[in-house]
Amino acid sequence: MSMEQNMEKQLRVIHDAARPNIDDIVNEVFHDFIELHGDRLYGDDRAMLGGIARLNGTPVTVIGQRKGHTTAENIEANFGMAHPEGYRKALRLARQAEKFHRPVICFVDTAGAFCGVGAEERGQGEAIARNLYEFMGLRTPVVSIVTGEGGSGGALAIAVANEVYMMQNAIYSVISPRGCASILWKDASRELEAAEALQITARDLYRFGMIEGIISEGRSRTAYFRNIKSALTDSLKRLESMSGDALRQQRYDKFRKIGVFNDTNL
Amino acid sequence: MLIDLFPKTRENSRQIKSKTEQKDSPVSVACKKCGAQLSAAKYGKNLYVCPTCGAHGRLLARTRIRQIADRDSFHELFGSLQTADPLHFEGYAEKIDALREKTGMNDAVVTGTCRIGGMKTCIGVMDSHFMMASMGSVVGEKLTRLFEYAAEQALPVILFTCSGGARMQEGMFSLLQMAKVSGAVAKHSEAGGLYITVLTDPTTGGVTASFAMLGDIILAEPGATVGFAGRRVIEGTIGEKLPEEFQSAEFVLEHGFCDAIVPRSRMKQTLGDLLAMHGCKAKRGE
Repeated sequence: MSMEQNMEKQLRVIHDAARPNIDDIVNEVFHDFIELHGDRLYGDDRAMLGGIARLNGTPVTVIGQRKGHTTAENIEANFGMAHPEGYRKALRLARQAEKFHRPVICFVDTAGAFCGVGAEERGQGEAIARNLYEFMGLRTPVVSIVTGEGGSGGALAIAVANEVYMMQNAIYSVISPRGCASILWKDASRELEAAEALQITARDLYRFGMIEGIISEGRSRTAYFRNIKSALTDSLKRLESMSGDALRQQRYDKFRKIGVFNDTNL
Repeated sequence: MLIDLFPKTRENSRQIKSKTEQKDSPVSVACKKCGAQLSAAKYGKNLYVCPTCGAHGRLLARTRIRQIADRDSFHELFGSLQTADPLHFEGYAEKIDALREKTGMNDAVVTGTCRIGGMKTCIGVMDSHFMMASMGSVVGEKLTRLFEYAAEQALPVILFTCSGGARMQEGMFSLLQMAKVSGAVAKHSEAGGLYITVLTDPTTGGVTASFAMLGDIILAEPGATVGFAGRRVIEGTIGEKLPEEFQSAEFVLEHGFCDAIVPRSRMKQTLGDLLAMHGCKAKRGE
């Protein structure tokens, strides 16, 4: 298959309505999930799920964008595009996790933060910025897994983590391939070409040193969930022995080294 | 948002005569907002603010520094960093070369130290004439180094922001600069450093969603466009035209996301007062 055909297949897979969403992951990977609602400031954003659950018996905080399997579910969840209150709920739960020394596990699956009048009025930019700033300083382990679409700042807002993983078919991009094509070539239909140019696959990000690993999706739903669980188990084993300060420093250093430039003084 | 802004880049760039300074030109210029014909010399003397309607024109970084810093007090830092092309993105290297030639800048931000009313501070100024001040690796790295340097030297940081957002030609390298710079802002803040943001036209996208919104004090220039998503994107979503004041500095102030709107004529004085009230001491020389 050509690269474009691969990309086309990959986009089809991650947009498939039957693909496991965060509700499925919460049920299959964790136990005893209790959903916690609201940002304590404005409302409860159904595009962002949050709560406490057990992973191998240990309490963890779970956060992630929600996409539905049906149109009705998708409308309720605003197609996984969170408003500021969604990001603020995520931050509230992350701080709560820090207080009780629980690891934070985030699942990223969003086309992006919602673009709308209310989102602007309530400070979408500020909400995302605050998350980047605060997640960087959390004194508790944070692991993020991009399961489907990692859409720009709206994805990054729950992906400033000690370890970041991507499912093998997931993408993670600064701009949607469609958006990029329409800006660059004034032709949104050249989406696949743009996707190639942007280098947004799990393999690309692994090659760039931006993610810690790629999680195989296996041949069945059982394998999909089992592989997530095993990646999380291994990751938390590595992180749980680290002090709060060491976790902060490791997270800072991980992002600090990202960037490609020339220095004429060197 | 990038869709909205790129055409304006080209339009603005054509007016730039000099590589380093917005020079008075014999030709008159038209105010972009009200269309009034202004003598370029008078416009420059008026800090590039239209005397008719008060519109604040976009500035070159060096013009901004000249307006804000005490005379000859600016020392550039990290000026040796140059743009690379990590994705070998079609047309990017050529575009950067052309902009370097046209603007005399290496990338979209100038960083360094200066004095304001005799008080020393770190300063970063983004320049919309360079690819609409989009943020790639160089912008992210220079700002990160500036915050790290300021934390070490116990200096405040003042950033004049403007940006079309993250720079798509550097893909994920651009997106992750948002996290990198925000982390450096946090380090500087934990060390007790003062960080003042000045939102200038236009501050949007990934810059709004990172360091622009993280200042201890957030000022804005009158009329500046400040927002996260592009106006056209939102209009497309809701299927109607948005009012003109949507995503203006005044709109952002009204909704509680900036501290004050400060006209350009009072910017230097205001920044000086704020520095002084945070314990900065004026020194002569150096």
